[in-house]
Amino acid sequence: MEMGWRWDFTYEILPQMAIATLNTILAAGVGYAIALIVGLFFLLAQRTPSKIFNWVNRELVEFIRSTPLLIQLFFVYFVLPQFGITLSAWVCGMITIGLHFGTYMSEVYRGALEGVSKTQWEACRALNFSTIYTYRRIVLPQAFPIAIPGMGNYLVGIFKDTPLLSTIGVAELFHAATAVGGYNYRYLEPYTLVGIIFLTLSIPAAMWVRKLERDVNISQGKIKK
Amino acid sequence: MPGFYKSKGITLTYFEFLNEHGITLLLGTVTTVKVLVCSMILYVIISMIFGLMRLSKNSIIQGTATVYIEFFRGTSLLVQLFWAYYVLPFFGISLEAFTAGVVALGLNFGAYGAEIVRAGILAVPKGQWEAAHSLNFTPAKRIKRIIIPQIFPIILPPAANLTVELLKATALVALVTVVDLTFEAKQINSITWLSAQCFGTALLIYYIMARFALVPFLRWLEVLAARKVGKEKA
Repeated sequence: MEMGWRWDFTYEILPQMAIATLNTILAAGVGYAIALIVGLFFLLAQRTPSKIFNWVNRELVEFIRSTPLLIQLFFVYFVLPQFGITLSAWVCGMITIGLHFGTYMSEVYRGALEGVSKTQWEACRALNFSTIYTYRRIVLPQAFPIAIPGMGNYLVGIFKDTPLLSTIGVAELFHAATAVGGYNYRYLEPYTLVGIIFLTLSIPAAMWVRKLERDVNISQGKIKK
Repeated sequence: MPGFYKSKGITLTYFEFLNEHGITLLLGTVTTVKVLVCSMILYVIISMIFGLMRLSKNSIIQGTATVYIEFFRGTSLLVQLFWAYYVLPFFGISLEAFTAGVVALGLNFGAYGAEIVRAGILAVPKGQWEAAHSLNFTPAKRIKRIIIPQIFPIILPPAANLTVELLKATALVALVTVVDLTFEAKQINSITWLSAQCFGTALLIYYIMARFALVPFLRWLEVLAARKVGKEKA
């Protein structure tokens, strides 16, 4: 077996890897969308007046946050069929990622809502705005910019956690690399390519998030002045 | 599998399950703790070194640290693990699975930790440096007695979050054949197909480790650090 980097092999597997990259992006996108929505539900659960419900919700979030995504994936993928629910690897993966990161997302939302000063609420009360109107026109427009950096960070985070999906057989980038590597018994090029593809996608994304964060900080500074 | 639904059957099966496989899972847990402790030590050292390098005035040192941090934060941990275990042998460096796992975890989390350290150092008010300088403290004494004690209360809360993430990330070393809790759970699952019991127990063990061991320990460190600079923390 030839040691060192083989360019011909690299070119040979490149198309396959490119297609798999699209799958990775799709998985990250769908997982992110689910996480955004699940996060809203956790946030709503936090804000209900029922104490027991709050407690259950808090413990559930704590549990999901402090256990590994990998085992959660296995749990959903292997246990649900025992209860007669058979889902494809894709669906299992998306549900698990959505749930796992949904708990993080709810924290982002909560932080953003608490970041809006209490006096804003008092002012709206004084002006006799309804709660819905207050949220829609006063609170959410101010909370959203605060939430943007956190939301962006978790988009990048989800993207970087998609390789875990390969363990339950989702045909994303890392899965493709393992398959190609196993078939040809060469792991150097596939895994290195995966690393390079991840870098070229996530560094610009992270830079963009950082720019957003800076913009938000600047605009908030203006609010304070 | 239908026995699963019987209300009596479930407790019985579970105790039988624990009786049969509990020891294996506990042995896996010991490995997980070993991986956690080793990679924790490694990542703390790395983040201090690279956090300081990021603040260096020398552009080469600073650039090296930036490249390192961007590289390890930009790629997936799983990719780094597999690279360390399956690709490094191509370059004549064969690491044992355990070593590869610890090194990849340490390097990955070190990159995140370095940013925390950097932010912590920058958060110490400039007046503290100047005051120490004007009191004619030696540079070593300045860092050791004035700056470092003030850094800890700032960096420990985010570092605690990162360390819980590290505990979760140790599960990945199972994929490069380290026989840890995740590996054992997977193994038992493939023999018995009692998936709910296997992975449920594994999840519980991770949860207990995080919630009742790691987090209290990290909180204790935070209190200790806060007390040292005279800021009592409840």
